[in-house]
Amino acid sequence: MKNSLTIAGKELSGYFLQPVAYVVMTVFLLLGGFFFFALLRYFEVTLTAYSAMQNPEVLQRLNLNERVIEPMLHNLAIVLVILVPAITMRSFAEEKRTGTYELLLTAPIRTGEIVAGKFIAAAAFMLIMIGLAGMFPLILVAFGNPEVGVMFSGYLGLAFLAISFVSIGLFTSSLTQNQIIAAISCFGLLLLLFVISWPAQGGGGLLVGLVRYLSLPDHFAQMVTGVIDTRDIVYFLSLIFVALFLTQRSVESARWR
Amino acid sequence: MIEVKNLTKAYGNFVAVKDVSFKAENGSILGFLGPNGAGKTTTMRIITGYMPATAGTVLIDGLDIFSQSLEARRKIGYLPESPPLYPDMRVEAYLRFVAKLRGVPRAKIEPALEHVLEVCGLTDMSHRICGQLSKGYRQRVGLAQALIHDPPVLVLDEPTIGLDPRQIHEIRGLIHDLKGNRTVVLSTHILPEVSQICDKVVIIADGRVVLEEYLKKLPAGISLEDIFLSAITKEHHEDGASAEETLEEVGAGHA
Repeated sequence: MKNSLTIAGKELSGYFLQPVAYVVMTVFLLLGGFFFFALLRYFEVTLTAYSAMQNPEVLQRLNLNERVIEPMLHNLAIVLVILVPAITMRSFAEEKRTGTYELLLTAPIRTGEIVAGKFIAAAAFMLIMIGLAGMFPLILVAFGNPEVGVMFSGYLGLAFLAISFVSIGLFTSSLTQNQIIAAISCFGLLLLLFVISWPAQGGGGLLVGLVRYLSLPDHFAQMVTGVIDTRDIVYFLSLIFVALFLTQRSVESARWR
Repeated sequence: MIEVKNLTKAYGNFVAVKDVSFKAENGSILGFLGPNGAGKTTTMRIITGYMPATAGTVLIDGLDIFSQSLEARRKIGYLPESPPLYPDMRVEAYLRFVAKLRGVPRAKIEPALEHVLEVCGLTDMSHRICGQLSKGYRQRVGLAQALIHDPPVLVLDEPTIGLDPRQIHEIRGLIHDLKGNRTVVLSTHILPEVSQICDKVVIIADGRVVLEEYLKKLPAGISLEDIFLSAITKEHHEDGASAEETLEEVGAGHA
């Protein structure tokens, strides 16, 4: 554990020694701010229009969470599909290319500790970034009357999603010493998780069920609407576990005879 | 003490190291010589546990590098062929990181850091960013990194490569002073380096050991260069050529 934290500390400070982390955070927050502004503006326009209709029932149904926070979180999830590979692509690929991998693998630490350290750092980075994006709902709380619980559940979902993405990014990075290959294959896998249920519309059977279960947006959407279901939590946790397990095997394979 | 026993490493069909055995005693420096591509780096990577051998094993102070890997790795300080530096980190932060990784107790990290900075002549460079250092200084940081946990076994892959003559002189002096009760294995192309600081020489060619001998037992009056050239040219391919035969031949040539 101590070794993992040593590596995590090095990794996390390493993110900020390079401009990549700042660029990624800036892009994420700027886009987040733009979505927030655009959706809020649209909400306001709709509100004015409905008010003019003098129909209190329709007005009642206008909901800040549904109209602003939910679509914003869905958009940010897509942004993460592009940004996470940029953050994780270096983790192993760069060490292999510069030769520092030799330092890590000859140090008296277990490969699991190396993987755990890198995972902790990348997950922490995501939590910081998503935490900063928490200012958008805070603005709503200050000036409006949104449901805090639903927003919390949505952000929790985004955090789970980001951490799962990061685990997949670590895995693809552990397979190669080329950062571009690591990033592109991570991007491909993440996008696939988004669209995997497309061919499974309608019908039944084991395969359709499986593909639907794997589909990431379904689980994420549940949490965004404020439903924290153990099934969705288990889904994200198993995604993280499987990806980290494969990463550990991939790093360990250097030691196989 | 390092005991290399019947080490073989194959990359697919290509066999880089064939049945290599040698021994480096405590308190001695072993010079590991061989032409480019002879298998020096591969052997050193196996000794340090970076990659597994196809067959054979390595004992570090009696600990098997494969089955008791963690314990064995704890005893080793390793300078790879290219110093394993993180280009964005400062020298100081980098060495602290390696110290923690190598299990130096928290209270001893600062004294250990001061010590290696001093012996490697890096005190003035401790705030510099690794990626901006010259080749010579990178090599020194690499060496400092290998020494920070005061390991009983040191494995140095071409420690003086890319340095200017003055630096080479300094690093050689440093390695010599380091010896103490340590076991040092260093690879090099520079033959005078071996005669100056090593106690024992192992020459490999084409993945095989062609000579293992104490320097003081080498016949007087024959330069290491002659011994090296004759050892690496004859081999090719009489597998059985032992060290004695090689030496006898060289000796005969000079008689």
